[in-house]
Amino acid sequence: MNAILNYVKKNYIGFSVSVLLLLQVFLLPTLLGEEAAGGILFSIAAVGIGYFGYKAYLFRKQNPDFKAAESTTLVNILGSVIAILTGLLFGFVLMLIINPNQAIDGFFTILEGGFRNIESLGDMIYFSVPLILTGLSVAFAFRTGLFNIGASGQLTIGAFVAVYIGVRWGALADIHPLLHWLAAILFATIAGGLWGAIPGLLKAYRNVNEVVASIMLNYVAMYINTVLIRNFIYNPDFARALDIKPSAASPTFNLDLLFPDSSINAGIIVALIVVLILHIILNKTTFGYELKAVGLNRDAAKYAGMNAKRNIVISMIISGAVAGLAGALLFLVQGKHLTPVNTILTEGFTGIAISLLGLSSPIGVLLAGLFYGSLQQGGYFLQLYDYKPEIIDIIIAVIIYASALGLFLQKFVLKGLKASEMRAARQGPGDATGDTTEAEGSDDK
Amino acid sequence: MEYIIEMLNITKEFPGIKANDDVTLQLKKGEIHALLGENGAGKSTLMSVLFGLYQPEQGTIKVRGEEVIIANPNDANELGIGMVHQHFKLVHNFTVAENIVLGYEDTKNGFLELDAPIKKIQELSDRYKLKVDVNALISDISVGQQQRVEILKMLYRNAEILIFDEPTAVLTPQEIEELMNIMKDLVKEGKSIILITHKLNEIKQVADRCSVLRKGKYIGTVDVATTSVEKMAEMMVGREVSFVVDKEEPKIGDTVLSVRNLTVFNEHIHKNVVTDVSFDVRRGEILCIAGIEGNGQTQLVQAITGLIQPTEGQIDILGEDITHQSIRHRNLAGISHIPEDRHKHGLVLDYSLEENLVLQTYFEPRFQKNGFLQFDEVRVNANELIQNFDIRSGKGPVTMARSMSGGNQQKAIVAREISRDTDLLIAVQPTRGLDVGAIEYIHKQLILQRDAGKAVLLISLELDEVMNVSDRIIVMYEGENVGEFDPAKVTENELGLYMAGSKRRKTA
Repeated sequence: MNAILNYVKKNYIGFSVSVLLLLQVFLLPTLLGEEAAGGILFSIAAVGIGYFGYKAYLFRKQNPDFKAAESTTLVNILGSVIAILTGLLFGFVLMLIINPNQAIDGFFTILEGGFRNIESLGDMIYFSVPLILTGLSVAFAFRTGLFNIGASGQLTIGAFVAVYIGVRWGALADIHPLLHWLAAILFATIAGGLWGAIPGLLKAYRNVNEVVASIMLNYVAMYINTVLIRNFIYNPDFARALDIKPSAASPTFNLDLLFPDSSINAGIIVALIVVLILHIILNKTTFGYELKAVGLNRDAAKYAGMNAKRNIVISMIISGAVAGLAGALLFLVQGKHLTPVNTILTEGFTGIAISLLGLSSPIGVLLAGLFYGSLQQGGYFLQLYDYKPEIIDIIIAVIIYASALGLFLQKFVLKGLKASEMRAARQGPGDATGDTTEAEGSDDK
Repeated sequence: MEYIIEMLNITKEFPGIKANDDVTLQLKKGEIHALLGENGAGKSTLMSVLFGLYQPEQGTIKVRGEEVIIANPNDANELGIGMVHQHFKLVHNFTVAENIVLGYEDTKNGFLELDAPIKKIQELSDRYKLKVDVNALISDISVGQQQRVEILKMLYRNAEILIFDEPTAVLTPQEIEELMNIMKDLVKEGKSIILITHKLNEIKQVADRCSVLRKGKYIGTVDVATTSVEKMAEMMVGREVSFVVDKEEPKIGDTVLSVRNLTVFNEHIHKNVVTDVSFDVRRGEILCIAGIEGNGQTQLVQAITGLIQPTEGQIDILGEDITHQSIRHRNLAGISHIPEDRHKHGLVLDYSLEENLVLQTYFEPRFQKNGFLQFDEVRVNANELIQNFDIRSGKGPVTMARSMSGGNQQKAIVAREISRDTDLLIAVQPTRGLDVGAIEYIHKQLILQRDAGKAVLLISLELDEVMNVSDRIIVMYEGENVGEFDPAKVTENELGLYMAGSKRRKTA
């Protein structure tokens, strides 16, 4: 109890902001109607920026000797930003080559992305949700030293379970209107987790490489999905799964009032909750401490008596569960249908890209997912200027390549930061020691 | 006086620290010049400057009297400067000859030409008495021979100035002896050598002059023949250092660890690496397991601590059979373990110091409530240990373990393990790669633990350490216990014979 009180005291601004948000999102739109939406969004943004500004100020005050070059987080973030700029620049050059007259207008459309108007902002958030979740799935596994390339398979299994429940368990809606939807996402999450457990178990107890196991399971999931749809929820008229009951579709929780005419639904709230949960697990709990230790140095974790095998399995279950949830939210939308065609759902692989861009941190993945969604919206509007929306895919591909070259970019950033600090701090040497100064006892010579 | 290399007033800065502050090093032609300093004193930085890896902010470098700019290692090679690295840079599935010519290959019609180089290598190897089989694979030859390959590599590239970076860290006593002779021969043939080390007796044995660095500053250059080891140690550490470990008579209590007929079978080499080893460790004593590296000590300790499973035998701690218990269970039953490889087992290098200091205790009620880490307590714990064990780091508790010096990484592990206050402390080569100041410190800690009534099991390769610190010695050779000794009644030579396997006692 005391701990909670302390936390509230330390983070009172954070709490006041969230209360404010809640008020604005759920109450004001119903009271004020549609006109208020823009103003509300603006005030949310303003409060948010103010909050982070305040946090940064506090940090600066508490750490007067802070040096940018020595903060890995900052260097990593700058690396990602450079990757993004590289991708955008490449896209611009491409647009200049394809159609020089419209290039500048088109490029600004991309930059504008989802922030074009309230409606497209809502759509952007809607499209981002499954991407954020699959990104989280990959990122969480990655933080614990596992490369879950099977998010796609886990997502497929989750999607099937959700759609099956959405089609068949309509009776649940009679008990409580939300129960049907909740049951669908809950069971999808469980199914995804179980599917993720398979490569986890193989890795832990048979030392099978999780990359190979999970990539193979993608295909297994794909075919199982086809068979199950055909046998249980097939709509032969359209060669697709049956429509889900309206009660199973993700509710809007008044978000549609805030973002009129857009497809936004409660998915984003679920995604935010998952971001928060994973952030807390990784950074605040002993469980996260163990998982990260196993990921960073399995030998040391074993030496310290951590159960590496159990941690691998649990980590894969969580990773799979999040991917399964992504599958549920992707398909629990009216008008969207699972189809029994043998193609692997690409969202799982996009998740890898987003995880990379988001530096495998839950908050980073949230931002990266929204950014990706914004680019997609930009690509949609790009068609107004005689460009194909595929340019966005190219830009994203370049960004991913650039992120993968992150190590190189980080060095670049580090050099820049160090050079500027050297110039600034020539006169007074502090007591801090950088990575590169002296490491006589270390192996990396 | 003719100097072949002069590094004059070198200053190299990194943000926040001067790694070299106005350092001067002058190497005469045909001498062995030792470069002495603690970990983090700036030896490696200075040599990296000479080797072209770093550019100094100030100072000049002269080679053979001419001022030069060494922009990269290729420049250094062209000037005849060669470096024998501490960690060898060899391709394991290449032969000796292939490794030596790598990067300087001759080709004939596009095919690799090896006959002439092999001839040249053999000439070099005869001339400098560096015996190696040029056609053997690197993976098949001993560490000492691999080092010779590294030396030959330099000679093959016509290096005149050889830099040896802590060359004896990985060698057995016999191999060290041979290396010393090789170095003397090299100098006789007109080469000049810079020897980076913090082992004072080696300097005494081979070096002509010795330059000392301390915290990046140049302390002085002395003539080795006329300077005592104590004096050099004082120059390096900045205070007097005692080489003799003071300790009282042991007050031996009841048995803490009991190992019976322990056998460990290695699947990869299809051989027992530990065979039928039995011993007890009692309260208030330091039992030392001596032996040359690779004679089963590592596996013995790993079997005791649970990192590997023994095939036969029983391990009891305080009367409880822990042979098949989990590592966590063993740790809680009373084992602290300072591991052999601090980077592999001892630390999570990408965790901060404070996180590493709770690696064995994070789950205890003090650090955890309902599964949530208590960061305030973790910080308090870190500050306590940093203070009590004098762990130095750039940013205190939040310093990344990776960026700390080797000595301080080791201190952090020692602090963590000792502060757990268990009945048995297992220390595997706790002073490996550390300078005299840190060695003295760690020996003191071990003896403090002994005097506090703990049982201490020490595994060491250093005969000095074995003789000085232990109350009882067991020698292991090829996985077997070949004899038990009282350090007061045995000589180093005697132990050496057992360690080399040329003598053995029937064990009871």
